[in-house]
Amino acid sequence: MNEKQPIVSEGGENQIEARTTLPSKITATADSRSKISVRNLNFFYGDKQALFDNDLEIRPNKVTAIIGPSGCGKSTHIRVYNRIFELYRDQKATGEVVMDGENILAPGVEVTELRRKVGMIFQQPTAFPMSIFDNVAYGLRLHYKMKKSRIAERVRKALESAALWDQVKDQLNKPGTALSGGQQQRLCIARAIAVEPELLLMDEPTAAVDPVATTRIEELVDTLKQDYTIVIVTHNMQQAARISDYTAFFYEGYIVEYGPTRKIFTNPSEKRTEEYITGRFG
Amino acid sequence: MRTRSRARRVALDYAVRAASTVSALIGIFFLCWILVVVIHRGSAALNWDFFTKLPAPPGAEGGGLANAILGTLIMTAIAGAIGVPIGVLTGVYLSEYGRGGTFASLVRFTVNVMMGLPSIITGLFVYTMLVVTLGHFSGWAGAVSLVFIIMPIVAGTTEDMLRMVPDSMRESALALGAPSWRTTLGIVFRGAKVGLITGVLLAIARATGETAPLLFTSLNSPYWPGNLNHPTGNLTVTIFSYAMSPYPDWQQMAWGASLLITVGVLSMTILTRLALVRKG
Repeated sequence: MNEKQPIVSEGGENQIEARTTLPSKITATADSRSKISVRNLNFFYGDKQALFDNDLEIRPNKVTAIIGPSGCGKSTHIRVYNRIFELYRDQKATGEVVMDGENILAPGVEVTELRRKVGMIFQQPTAFPMSIFDNVAYGLRLHYKMKKSRIAERVRKALESAALWDQVKDQLNKPGTALSGGQQQRLCIARAIAVEPELLLMDEPTAAVDPVATTRIEELVDTLKQDYTIVIVTHNMQQAARISDYTAFFYEGYIVEYGPTRKIFTNPSEKRTEEYITGRFG
Repeated sequence: MRTRSRARRVALDYAVRAASTVSALIGIFFLCWILVVVIHRGSAALNWDFFTKLPAPPGAEGGGLANAILGTLIMTAIAGAIGVPIGVLTGVYLSEYGRGGTFASLVRFTVNVMMGLPSIITGLFVYTMLVVTLGHFSGWAGAVSLVFIIMPIVAGTTEDMLRMVPDSMRESALALGAPSWRTTLGIVFRGAKVGLITGVLLAIARATGETAPLLFTSLNSPYWPGNLNHPTGNLTVTIFSYAMSPYPDWQQMAWGASLLITVGVLSMTILTRLALVRKG
Protein backbone atom coordinates (compact mmCIF):
# COMPACT_ATOMS: atom_id res chain seq x y z
CA MET A 1 0.00 0.00 0.00
CA ASN A 2 2.66 2.45 1.03
CA GLU A 3 4.90 1.82 -1.88
CA LYS A 4 2.14 2.90 -4.20
CA GLN A 5 1.82 6.28 -2.58
CA PRO A 6 3.60 8.95 -4.56
CA ILE A 7 6.71 10.04 -2.77
CA VAL A 8 7.41 13.27 -4.51
CA SER A 9 5.11 16.18 -3.99
CA GLU A 10 6.81 19.44 -4.90
CA GLY A 11 5.43 20.88 -8.08
CA GLY A 12 7.44 22.90 -10.55
CA GLU A 13 10.88 21.41 -10.73
CA ASN A 14 9.70 17.87 -10.95
CA GLN A 15 7.35 18.60 -13.76
CA ILE A 16 10.07 20.14 -15.83
CA GLU A 17 12.31 17.22 -15.12
CA ALA A 18 9.66 14.73 -16.15
CA ARG A 19 9.15 16.59 -19.38
CA THR A 20 12.76 16.73 -20.40
CA THR A 21 13.83 13.24 -19.46
CA LEU A 22 11.10 11.54 -21.43
CA PRO A 23 11.45 11.66 -25.17
CA SER A 24 7.71 11.82 -25.61
CA LYS A 25 6.78 15.43 -25.79
CA ILE A 26 7.80 17.60 -28.65
CA THR A 27 6.25 21.01 -28.49
CA ALA A 28 5.19 22.65 -31.72
CA THR A 29 8.12 23.72 -33.83
CA ALA A 30 7.98 26.74 -36.10
CA ASP A 31 7.35 24.91 -39.35
CA SER A 32 4.71 22.46 -38.16
CA ARG A 33 1.62 24.53 -38.59
CA SER A 34 -0.51 21.42 -38.45
CA LYS A 35 -0.30 18.62 -35.93
CA ILE A 36 -2.24 16.42 -38.31
CA SER A 37 -2.90 16.79 -42.00
CA VAL A 38 -5.66 14.62 -43.34
CA ARG A 39 -5.57 14.22 -47.07
CA ASN A 40 -8.16 12.56 -49.21
CA LEU A 41 -9.34 10.21 -46.47
CA ASN A 42 -12.00 7.68 -47.43
CA PHE A 43 -13.44 5.11 -45.08
CA PHE A 44 -15.38 1.92 -45.64
CA TYR A 45 -17.48 -0.35 -43.45
CA GLY A 46 -17.38 -3.41 -45.69
CA ASP A 47 -18.79 -2.15 -48.98
CA LYS A 48 -20.43 0.86 -47.45
CA GLN A 49 -18.45 4.07 -47.73
CA ALA A 50 -18.71 6.26 -44.65
CA LEU A 51 -16.17 9.03 -45.28
CA PHE A 52 -15.62 10.79 -48.59
CA ASP A 53 -12.41 12.67 -49.48
CA ASN A 54 -11.90 14.21 -46.05
CA ASP A 55 -9.22 16.91 -45.92
CA LEU A 56 -8.46 18.48 -42.58
CA GLU A 57 -5.63 20.35 -40.85
CA ILE A 58 -5.52 19.94 -37.07
CA ARG A 59 -3.67 22.80 -35.39
CA PRO A 60 -1.31 22.04 -32.53
CA ASN A 61 -2.30 23.02 -28.99
CA LYS A 62 -5.78 23.91 -30.10
CA VAL A 63 -9.12 22.27 -29.53
CA THR A 64 -10.76 21.17 -32.73
CA ALA A 65 -14.42 20.24 -32.49
CA ILE A 66 -16.09 17.89 -34.91
CA ILE A 67 -19.81 18.43 -35.15
CA GLY A 68 -22.61 17.10 -37.30
CA PRO A 69 -25.77 15.01 -37.13
CA SER A 70 -25.75 11.38 -35.97
CA GLY A 71 -24.18 8.97 -38.39
CA CYS A 72 -22.32 11.62 -40.36
CA GLY A 73 -18.91 10.05 -39.73
CA LYS A 74 -17.56 12.15 -36.87
CA SER A 75 -16.40 9.25 -34.74
CA THR A 76 -15.38 7.24 -37.75
CA HIS A 77 -13.09 10.10 -38.77
CA ILE A 78 -11.16 10.36 -35.51
CA ARG A 79 -10.98 6.59 -35.12
CA VAL A 80 -8.63 6.66 -38.09
CA TYR A 81 -6.07 8.84 -36.26
CA ASN A 82 -5.03 6.03 -33.92
CA ARG A 83 -5.99 3.21 -36.27
CA ILE A 84 -8.30 1.76 -33.64
CA PHE A 85 -10.76 0.82 -36.38
CA GLU A 86 -8.37 -1.98 -37.35
CA LEU A 87 -9.79 -4.05 -34.51
CA TYR A 88 -12.65 -4.78 -36.89
CA ARG A 89 -11.64 -6.69 -39.94
CA ASP A 90 -14.25 -5.29 -42.32
CA GLN A 91 -13.24 -1.66 -41.77
CA LYS A 92 -10.83 0.03 -44.16
CA ALA A 93 -9.34 3.49 -44.62
CA THR A 94 -7.62 4.92 -47.69
CA GLY A 95 -5.81 8.22 -48.12
CA GLU A 96 -3.30 9.90 -45.87
CA VAL A 97 -3.22 11.03 -42.29
CA VAL A 98 0.10 12.79 -41.82
CA MET A 99 1.26 13.37 -38.27
CA ASP A 100 4.62 15.06 -37.75
CA GLY A 101 5.56 14.36 -41.33
CA GLU A 102 4.70 10.67 -41.28
CA ASN A 103 1.67 9.03 -42.87
CA ILE A 104 0.27 7.01 -40.00
CA LEU A 105 -1.77 4.85 -42.36
CA ALA A 106 1.38 3.54 -44.03
CA PRO A 107 2.00 -0.19 -43.54
CA GLY A 108 5.31 0.11 -41.66
CA VAL A 109 3.96 2.30 -38.85
CA GLU A 110 4.46 0.95 -35.34
CA VAL A 111 0.85 1.01 -34.16
CA THR A 112 1.55 0.67 -30.43
CA GLU A 113 3.88 3.69 -30.52
CA LEU A 114 1.36 5.63 -32.61
CA ARG A 115 -1.26 4.92 -29.97
CA ARG A 116 1.02 6.11 -27.22
CA LYS A 117 1.27 9.40 -29.05
CA VAL A 118 -2.45 9.55 -29.77
CA GLY A 119 -4.62 9.09 -26.69
CA MET A 120 -8.34 8.44 -26.90
CA ILE A 121 -11.31 9.02 -24.62
CA PHE A 122 -14.52 7.18 -25.39
CA GLN A 123 -18.17 7.99 -24.96
CA GLN A 124 -18.66 5.45 -22.19
CA PRO A 125 -16.13 5.61 -19.37
CA THR A 126 -14.09 2.40 -19.55
CA ALA A 127 -12.33 1.98 -16.23
CA PHE A 128 -10.36 -1.26 -16.34
CA PRO A 129 -11.21 -3.92 -13.77
CA MET A 130 -8.28 -2.97 -11.51
CA SER A 131 -7.41 -0.36 -8.93
CA ILE A 132 -7.49 3.37 -9.59
CA PHE A 133 -3.70 3.46 -9.39
CA ASP A 134 -3.24 0.53 -11.77
CA ASN A 135 -5.68 2.07 -14.22
CA VAL A 136 -3.55 5.19 -14.56
CA ALA A 137 -0.30 3.24 -14.44
CA TYR A 138 -1.45 0.82 -17.15
CA GLY A 139 -0.07 2.77 -20.08
CA LEU A 140 3.13 3.67 -18.24
CA ARG A 141 3.91 0.05 -17.47
CA LEU A 142 3.11 -0.79 -21.06
CA HIS A 143 5.54 1.64 -22.63
CA TYR A 144 8.25 2.33 -20.09
CA LYS A 145 10.43 0.48 -17.69
CA MET A 146 10.13 2.74 -14.70
CA LYS A 147 10.90 2.55 -11.04
CA LYS A 148 7.90 2.29 -8.76
CA SER A 149 8.48 5.72 -7.33
CA ARG A 150 8.63 7.17 -10.82
CA ILE A 151 5.35 5.51 -11.75
CA ALA A 152 3.71 6.80 -8.58
CA GLU A 153 4.90 10.27 -9.44
CA ARG A 154 3.51 10.12 -12.97
CA VAL A 155 0.22 8.65 -11.77
CA ARG A 156 -0.15 11.51 -9.35
CA LYS A 157 0.65 14.07 -12.00
CA ALA A 158 -1.87 12.57 -14.42
CA LEU A 159 -4.59 12.46 -11.77
CA GLU A 160 -3.85 16.05 -10.86
CA SER A 161 -4.05 17.12 -14.48
CA ALA A 162 -7.38 15.32 -14.75
CA ALA A 163 -8.62 17.19 -11.65
CA LEU A 164 -9.24 13.90 -9.87
CA TRP A 165 -6.30 13.65 -7.48
CA ASP A 166 -7.96 15.31 -4.49
CA GLN A 167 -10.93 12.97 -4.66
CA VAL A 168 -9.02 9.71 -5.02
CA LYS A 169 -5.66 10.26 -3.31
CA ASP A 170 -6.75 8.29 -0.24
CA GLN A 171 -8.29 5.41 -2.16
CA LEU A 172 -5.84 4.64 -4.93
CA ASN A 173 -6.19 0.92 -4.25
CA LYS A 174 -9.94 0.89 -4.69
CA PRO A 175 -11.28 -0.52 -7.94
CA GLY A 176 -11.63 2.09 -10.67
CA THR A 177 -15.10 0.85 -11.41
CA ALA A 178 -16.26 1.98 -7.95
CA LEU A 179 -16.03 5.64 -8.98
CA SER A 180 -19.00 7.61 -10.31
CA GLY A 181 -19.48 7.93 -14.06
CA GLY A 182 -18.01 11.42 -14.24
CA GLN A 183 -15.06 10.43 -12.09
CA GLN A 184 -14.50 7.32 -14.20
CA GLN A 185 -14.38 9.49 -17.29
CA ARG A 186 -11.74 11.70 -15.67
CA LEU A 187 -9.90 8.56 -14.63
CA CYS A 188 -9.84 7.58 -18.31
CA ILE A 189 -8.50 11.02 -19.17
CA ALA A 190 -5.80 10.63 -16.51
CA ARG A 191 -4.97 7.19 -17.90
CA ALA A 192 -4.67 8.61 -21.40
CA ILE A 193 -2.50 11.60 -20.46
CA ALA A 194 -0.26 9.60 -18.11
CA VAL A 195 1.77 8.41 -21.11
CA GLU A 196 2.05 12.04 -22.28
CA PRO A 197 0.50 11.71 -25.71
CA GLU A 198 0.77 14.50 -28.22
CA LEU A 199 -2.76 14.30 -29.46
CA LEU A 200 -5.90 13.58 -27.45
CA LEU A 201 -8.98 12.29 -29.26
CA MET A 202 -12.25 12.62 -27.41
CA ASP A 203 -15.26 10.82 -28.79
CA GLU A 204 -18.28 12.49 -27.18
CA PRO A 205 -16.60 12.39 -23.77
CA THR A 206 -19.53 13.99 -21.96
CA ALA A 207 -22.37 12.08 -23.62
CA ALA A 208 -22.68 9.61 -20.74
CA VAL A 209 -22.04 11.87 -17.74
CA ASP A 210 -24.21 14.30 -15.79
CA PRO A 211 -24.20 18.11 -16.32
CA VAL A 212 -21.90 18.86 -13.39
CA ALA A 213 -19.33 16.33 -14.60
CA THR A 214 -19.73 17.74 -18.12
CA THR A 215 -18.75 21.20 -16.90
CA ARG A 216 -15.70 19.77 -15.16
CA ILE A 217 -14.58 17.89 -18.23
CA GLU A 218 -15.06 20.98 -20.37
CA GLU A 219 -12.91 23.01 -17.99
CA LEU A 220 -10.38 20.24 -18.13
CA VAL A 221 -10.24 20.36 -21.93
CA ASP A 222 -9.53 24.04 -21.71
CA THR A 223 -6.52 23.54 -19.43
CA LEU A 224 -5.27 20.45 -21.22
CA LYS A 225 -4.87 22.24 -24.52
CA GLN A 226 -1.81 24.00 -23.19
CA ASP A 227 -0.01 20.68 -23.34
CA TYR A 228 -1.99 18.69 -25.84
CA THR A 229 -3.62 18.96 -29.19
CA ILE A 230 -7.24 17.97 -28.75
CA VAL A 231 -9.84 16.76 -31.21
CA ILE A 232 -13.28 16.41 -29.72
CA VAL A 233 -16.35 14.91 -31.32
CA THR A 234 -19.51 16.34 -29.89
CA HIS A 235 -23.23 16.25 -30.44
CA ASN A 236 -23.63 19.34 -28.43
CA MET A 237 -23.16 22.52 -30.43
CA GLN A 238 -23.03 24.75 -27.37
CA GLN A 239 -20.18 22.59 -26.17
CA ALA A 240 -18.32 22.99 -29.43
CA ALA A 241 -18.84 26.74 -29.30
CA ARG A 242 -17.70 26.91 -25.69
CA ILE A 243 -14.52 24.90 -25.78
CA SER A 244 -13.14 24.71 -29.30
CA ASP A 245 -10.86 26.94 -31.31
CA TYR A 246 -11.64 25.28 -34.64
CA THR A 247 -14.74 23.50 -35.78
CA ALA A 248 -15.33 21.04 -38.59
CA PHE A 249 -18.87 20.40 -39.70
CA PHE A 250 -19.44 16.91 -41.05
CA TYR A 251 -22.42 15.87 -43.08
CA GLU A 252 -23.00 12.42 -44.58
CA GLY A 253 -19.31 11.63 -44.58
CA TYR A 254 -18.17 14.90 -46.13
CA ILE A 255 -16.47 17.78 -44.37
CA VAL A 256 -18.82 20.56 -45.34
CA GLU A 257 -16.99 23.38 -43.63
CA TYR A 258 -13.96 23.86 -41.46
CA GLY A 259 -12.60 26.98 -39.85
CA PRO A 260 -12.21 28.98 -36.67
CA THR A 261 -15.08 28.19 -34.31
CA ARG A 262 -16.21 31.78 -34.07
CA LYS A 263 -16.57 32.04 -37.81
CA ILE A 264 -18.40 28.73 -38.14
CA PHE A 265 -20.90 29.73 -35.48
CA THR A 266 -21.41 33.35 -36.41
CA ASN A 267 -20.80 33.57 -40.12
CA PRO A 268 -20.68 30.17 -41.81
CA SER A 269 -19.96 30.12 -45.53
CA GLU A 270 -22.06 27.07 -46.28
CA LYS A 271 -25.82 27.05 -46.21
CA ARG A 272 -25.97 23.56 -44.69
CA THR A 273 -23.67 24.57 -41.85
CA GLU A 274 -25.91 27.47 -41.05
CA GLU A 275 -29.01 25.28 -41.19
CA TYR A 276 -27.47 22.75 -38.83
CA ILE A 277 -26.18 25.31 -36.37
CA THR A 278 -29.47 27.14 -36.23
CA GLY A 279 -31.17 23.84 -35.53
CA ARG A 280 -33.08 23.40 -38.75
CA PHE A 281 -31.97 19.79 -39.07
CA GLY A 282 -29.87 17.20 -37.35
CA MET B 1 -57.03 -0.55 -28.81
CA ARG B 2 -59.05 -2.38 -26.18
CA THR B 3 -58.05 -2.04 -22.61
CA ARG B 4 -58.24 -5.16 -20.52
CA SER B 5 -59.99 -5.03 -17.24
CA ARG B 6 -57.85 -4.60 -14.17
CA ALA B 7 -59.33 -7.69 -12.56
CA ARG B 8 -58.19 -9.81 -15.49
CA ARG B 9 -54.67 -8.45 -15.41
CA VAL B 10 -54.40 -9.05 -11.69
CA ALA B 11 -55.70 -12.59 -12.07
CA LEU B 12 -53.28 -13.31 -14.88
CA ASP B 13 -50.37 -11.94 -12.89
CA TYR B 14 -51.40 -14.08 -9.96
CA ALA B 15 -51.65 -17.20 -12.10
CA VAL B 16 -48.23 -16.71 -13.72
CA ARG B 17 -46.63 -15.97 -10.40
CA ALA B 18 -48.20 -19.03 -8.80
CA ALA B 19 -47.22 -21.31 -11.69
CA SER B 20 -43.58 -20.19 -11.68
CA THR B 21 -43.31 -20.42 -7.91
CA VAL B 22 -44.76 -23.93 -7.88
CA SER B 23 -42.41 -25.02 -10.67
CA ALA B 24 -39.43 -23.68 -8.76
CA LEU B 25 -40.56 -25.46 -5.64
CA ILE B 26 -40.98 -28.76 -7.51
CA GLY B 27 -37.45 -28.46 -8.86
CA ILE B 28 -35.98 -27.68 -5.48
CA PHE B 29 -38.04 -30.43 -3.84
CA PHE B 30 -36.57 -33.15 -6.05
CA LEU B 31 -33.06 -31.78 -5.72
CA CYS B 32 -33.37 -31.82 -1.95
CA TRP B 33 -34.89 -35.28 -2.03
CA ILE B 34 -31.94 -36.61 -4.00
CA LEU B 35 -29.52 -34.89 -1.63
CA VAL B 36 -31.27 -36.21 1.46
CA VAL B 37 -31.32 -39.79 0.15
CA VAL B 38 -27.68 -39.65 -0.96
CA ILE B 39 -26.56 -38.16 2.33
CA HIS B 40 -28.66 -40.55 4.40
CA ARG B 41 -27.58 -43.74 2.66
CA GLY B 42 -24.09 -42.62 1.76
CA SER B 43 -22.97 -41.35 5.14
CA ALA B 44 -23.35 -44.84 6.57
CA ALA B 45 -20.59 -46.04 4.23
CA LEU B 46 -18.14 -43.27 4.96
CA ASN B 47 -15.42 -44.01 7.46
CA TRP B 48 -11.64 -43.85 7.59
CA ASP B 49 -11.24 -47.13 5.73
CA PHE B 50 -13.43 -45.86 2.90
CA PHE B 51 -10.82 -43.20 2.08
CA THR B 52 -7.68 -45.21 2.79
CA LYS B 53 -8.21 -48.88 1.91
CA LEU B 54 -8.56 -50.90 -1.24
CA PRO B 55 -11.89 -52.64 -1.90
CA ALA B 56 -12.52 -55.89 -0.05
CA PRO B 57 -13.80 -58.94 -1.95
CA PRO B 58 -17.56 -59.47 -1.71
CA GLY B 59 -18.48 -60.96 1.60
CA ALA B 60 -15.28 -59.88 3.32
CA GLU B 61 -15.64 -57.18 5.93
CA GLY B 62 -14.32 -53.65 5.58
CA GLY B 63 -12.32 -52.28 2.68
CA GLY B 64 -12.59 -48.90 0.99
CA LEU B 65 -12.50 -47.10 -2.32
CA ALA B 66 -9.19 -45.27 -2.00
CA ASN B 67 -8.10 -46.56 -5.40
CA ALA B 68 -11.25 -45.23 -7.10
CA ILE B 69 -11.01 -41.85 -5.37
CA LEU B 70 -7.39 -41.48 -6.40
CA GLY B 71 -8.09 -42.72 -9.92
CA THR B 72 -10.90 -40.24 -10.44
CA LEU B 73 -8.71 -37.41 -9.12
CA ILE B 74 -5.78 -38.37 -11.35
CA MET B 75 -7.79 -38.83 -14.52
CA THR B 76 -9.79 -35.64 -13.99
CA ALA B 77 -6.61 -33.70 -13.24
CA ILE B 78 -4.91 -34.95 -16.41
CA ALA B 79 -8.03 -34.29 -18.47
CA GLY B 80 -8.27 -30.81 -16.98
CA ALA B 81 -4.60 -30.08 -17.60
CA ILE B 82 -5.09 -30.92 -21.27
CA GLY B 83 -8.69 -29.87 -21.86
CA VAL B 84 -8.81 -26.54 -20.02
CA PRO B 85 -5.94 -24.82 -21.90
CA ILE B 86 -7.17 -26.08 -25.27
CA GLY B 87 -10.71 -25.04 -24.40
CA VAL B 88 -9.71 -21.59 -23.15
CA LEU B 89 -7.54 -20.92 -26.18
CA THR B 90 -10.31 -22.10 -28.51
CA GLY B 91 -12.68 -19.71 -26.76
CA VAL B 92 -10.13 -16.90 -27.12
CA TYR B 93 -9.82 -17.65 -30.82
CA LEU B 94 -13.59 -17.60 -31.29
CA SER B 95 -14.13 -14.41 -29.32
CA GLU B 96 -11.01 -12.36 -30.04
CA TYR B 97 -9.47 -13.45 -33.33
CA GLY B 98 -11.90 -15.45 -35.45
CA ARG B 99 -14.89 -13.25 -34.78
CA GLY B 100 -17.14 -13.29 -37.82
CA GLY B 101 -14.86 -15.45 -39.96
CA THR B 102 -16.00 -18.62 -41.74
CA PHE B 103 -13.44 -20.79 -39.99
CA ALA B 104 -14.58 -19.48 -36.62
CA SER B 105 -18.20 -20.36 -37.31
CA LEU B 106 -17.09 -23.84 -38.34
CA VAL B 107 -15.16 -24.20 -35.09
CA ARG B 108 -18.08 -22.86 -33.08
CA PHE B 109 -20.43 -25.33 -34.76
CA THR B 110 -18.07 -28.19 -33.98
CA VAL B 111 -17.78 -27.12 -30.35
CA ASN B 112 -21.56 -27.02 -30.04
CA VAL B 113 -21.91 -30.46 -31.59
CA MET B 114 -19.26 -31.83 -29.24
CA MET B 115 -21.04 -30.32 -26.28
CA GLY B 116 -24.29 -31.96 -27.30
CA LEU B 117 -22.71 -35.30 -28.13
CA PRO B 118 -23.87 -38.10 -25.82
CA SER B 119 -20.86 -38.93 -23.70
CA ILE B 120 -21.15 -42.64 -24.41
CA ILE B 121 -20.26 -41.86 -28.02
CA THR B 122 -17.15 -40.03 -26.86
CA GLY B 123 -16.28 -43.15 -24.89
CA LEU B 124 -16.82 -45.37 -27.93
CA PHE B 125 -14.67 -43.09 -30.06
CA VAL B 126 -11.75 -43.20 -27.65
CA TYR B 127 -12.31 -46.96 -27.28
CA THR B 128 -11.79 -47.51 -31.00
CA MET B 129 -8.95 -45.00 -31.26
CA LEU B 130 -6.92 -45.92 -28.19
CA VAL B 131 -8.15 -49.03 -26.47
CA VAL B 132 -8.56 -51.16 -29.60
CA THR B 133 -5.36 -49.99 -31.25
CA LEU B 134 -3.26 -50.35 -28.10
CA GLY B 135 -4.99 -53.56 -27.14
CA HIS B 136 -5.82 -52.73 -23.53
CA PHE B 137 -7.97 -50.49 -21.34
CA SER B 138 -6.02 -47.72 -19.66
CA GLY B 139 -6.21 -44.71 -17.41
CA TRP B 140 -4.76 -42.61 -20.23
CA ALA B 141 -7.67 -43.52 -22.47
CA GLY B 142 -10.02 -42.56 -19.64
CA ALA B 143 -8.34 -39.18 -19.25
CA VAL B 144 -8.44 -38.58 -23.01
CA SER B 145 -12.15 -39.27 -23.16
CA LEU B 146 -12.70 -36.80 -20.32
CA VAL B 147 -10.76 -34.21 -22.32
CA PHE B 148 -13.53 -34.42 -24.91
CA ILE B 149 -16.04 -33.62 -22.17
CA ILE B 150 -14.08 -30.71 -20.70
CA MET B 151 -12.77 -29.05 -23.85
CA PRO B 152 -16.04 -28.04 -25.56
CA ILE B 153 -17.65 -26.82 -22.32
CA VAL B 154 -14.64 -24.64 -21.51
CA ALA B 155 -14.42 -23.37 -25.10
CA GLY B 156 -18.10 -22.48 -25.15
CA THR B 157 -18.19 -20.72 -21.78
CA THR B 158 -14.90 -18.93 -22.47
CA GLU B 159 -16.25 -17.51 -25.70
CA ASP B 160 -19.52 -16.45 -24.06
CA MET B 161 -17.77 -14.83 -21.10
CA LEU B 162 -15.17 -13.01 -23.20
CA ARG B 163 -17.90 -11.70 -25.46
CA MET B 164 -19.67 -10.18 -22.50
CA VAL B 165 -16.71 -7.83 -22.04
CA PRO B 166 -17.72 -4.77 -24.06
CA ASP B 167 -15.63 -3.86 -27.12
CA SER B 168 -15.07 -0.40 -25.65
CA MET B 169 -12.87 -2.09 -23.03
CA ARG B 170 -10.72 -3.68 -25.74
CA GLU B 171 -10.59 -0.41 -27.65
CA SER B 172 -9.48 1.48 -24.55
CA ALA B 173 -6.59 -0.88 -23.92
CA LEU B 174 -5.57 -0.92 -27.59
CA ALA B 175 -5.88 2.87 -27.75
CA LEU B 176 -3.30 3.10 -24.96
CA GLY B 177 -0.94 1.17 -27.18
CA ALA B 178 -1.40 -2.29 -25.68
CA PRO B 179 -0.70 -5.13 -28.10
CA SER B 180 -3.71 -7.35 -28.61
CA TRP B 181 -2.35 -10.27 -26.58
CA ARG B 182 -1.91 -8.00 -23.58
CA THR B 183 -5.37 -6.61 -24.10
CA THR B 184 -6.78 -10.13 -24.06
CA LEU B 185 -4.79 -11.39 -21.08
CA GLY B 186 -4.61 -8.23 -18.99
CA ILE B 187 -7.96 -6.59 -19.60
CA VAL B 188 -10.48 -8.92 -21.21
CA PHE B 189 -9.58 -11.96 -19.07
CA ARG B 190 -9.62 -9.85 -15.95
CA GLY B 191 -13.03 -8.51 -16.80
CA ALA B 192 -14.36 -12.01 -17.46
CA LYS B 193 -12.50 -13.70 -14.58
CA VAL B 194 -15.47 -14.87 -12.55
CA GLY B 195 -17.24 -16.30 -15.56
CA LEU B 196 -14.12 -18.05 -16.84
CA ILE B 197 -13.41 -19.77 -13.55
CA THR B 198 -17.03 -20.79 -13.21
CA GLY B 199 -16.91 -22.29 -16.69
CA VAL B 200 -13.77 -24.28 -15.93
CA LEU B 201 -15.22 -25.58 -12.67
CA LEU B 202 -18.46 -26.50 -14.35
CA ALA B 203 -16.54 -28.50 -16.93
CA ILE B 204 -14.40 -30.27 -14.33
CA ALA B 205 -17.45 -31.04 -12.24
CA ARG B 206 -19.14 -32.50 -15.32
CA ALA B 207 -16.06 -34.63 -16.03
CA THR B 208 -15.88 -35.85 -12.44
CA GLY B 209 -19.41 -37.17 -12.68
CA GLU B 210 -19.14 -38.81 -16.11
CA THR B 211 -19.47 -42.58 -16.29
CA ALA B 212 -20.10 -43.45 -19.91
CA PRO B 213 -16.76 -42.20 -21.33
CA LEU B 214 -14.88 -44.26 -18.73
CA LEU B 215 -16.82 -47.49 -19.19
CA PHE B 216 -14.86 -48.59 -22.25
CA THR B 217 -11.67 -46.64 -21.68
CA SER B 218 -10.27 -46.72 -18.17
CA LEU B 219 -12.70 -49.48 -17.21
CA ASN B 220 -12.23 -50.02 -13.47
CA SER B 221 -9.76 -51.70 -11.20
CA PRO B 222 -9.60 -52.83 -7.60
CA TYR B 223 -5.89 -51.91 -7.38
CA TRP B 224 -4.01 -48.69 -6.78
CA PRO B 225 -3.80 -46.52 -9.91
CA GLY B 226 -0.02 -46.73 -10.09
CA ASN B 227 0.31 -47.18 -13.83
CA LEU B 228 -2.05 -45.37 -16.15
CA ASN B 229 -1.33 -47.89 -18.90
CA HIS B 230 -3.56 -50.31 -17.02
CA PRO B 231 -7.27 -50.16 -16.26
CA THR B 232 -7.73 -47.52 -13.60
CA GLY B 233 -10.18 -47.42 -10.76
CA ASN B 234 -12.66 -44.53 -10.61
CA LEU B 235 -15.72 -43.60 -8.59
CA THR B 236 -18.39 -43.45 -11.26
CA VAL B 237 -17.79 -46.85 -12.82
CA THR B 238 -17.47 -48.21 -9.30
CA ILE B 239 -20.88 -46.78 -8.47
CA PHE B 240 -22.24 -48.36 -11.65
CA SER B 241 -20.91 -51.85 -10.96
CA TYR B 242 -21.33 -51.85 -7.17
CA ALA B 243 -24.87 -50.55 -7.28
CA MET B 244 -25.81 -53.30 -9.74
CA SER B 245 -24.17 -55.99 -7.63
CA PRO B 246 -26.21 -58.26 -5.37
CA TYR B 247 -24.01 -57.63 -2.32
CA PRO B 248 -25.43 -55.20 0.26
CA ASP B 249 -21.99 -54.00 1.43
CA TRP B 250 -21.03 -53.17 -2.17
CA GLN B 251 -24.31 -51.35 -2.65
CA GLN B 252 -23.53 -49.33 0.43
CA MET B 253 -20.09 -48.53 -0.96
CA ALA B 254 -21.81 -47.24 -4.11
CA TRP B 255 -23.93 -44.90 -1.98
CA GLY B 256 -20.80 -43.71 -0.23
CA ALA B 257 -19.12 -43.01 -3.56
CA SER B 258 -22.21 -41.14 -4.75
CA LEU B 259 -22.16 -38.97 -1.66
CA LEU B 260 -18.47 -38.28 -2.12
CA ILE B 261 -18.90 -37.12 -5.72
CA THR B 262 -21.93 -35.02 -4.83
CA VAL B 263 -20.22 -33.34 -1.91
CA GLY B 264 -17.02 -32.86 -3.89
CA VAL B 265 -18.71 -31.16 -6.82
CA LEU B 266 -21.00 -29.13 -4.60
CA SER B 267 -18.33 -27.88 -2.25
CA MET B 268 -15.95 -27.08 -5.10
CA THR B 269 -18.63 -24.87 -6.64
CA ILE B 270 -19.62 -23.22 -3.38
CA LEU B 271 -16.06 -22.55 -2.24
CA THR B 272 -15.06 -20.92 -5.50
CA ARG B 273 -18.20 -18.83 -5.49
CA LEU B 274 -17.41 -17.60 -2.02
CA ALA B 275 -13.80 -16.87 -2.85
CA LEU B 276 -14.80 -14.96 -5.97
CA VAL B 277 -17.46 -12.96 -4.18
CA ARG B 278 -15.00 -11.91 -1.52
CA LYS B 279 -12.37 -10.90 -4.03
CA GLY B 280 -14.95 -9.07 -6.14
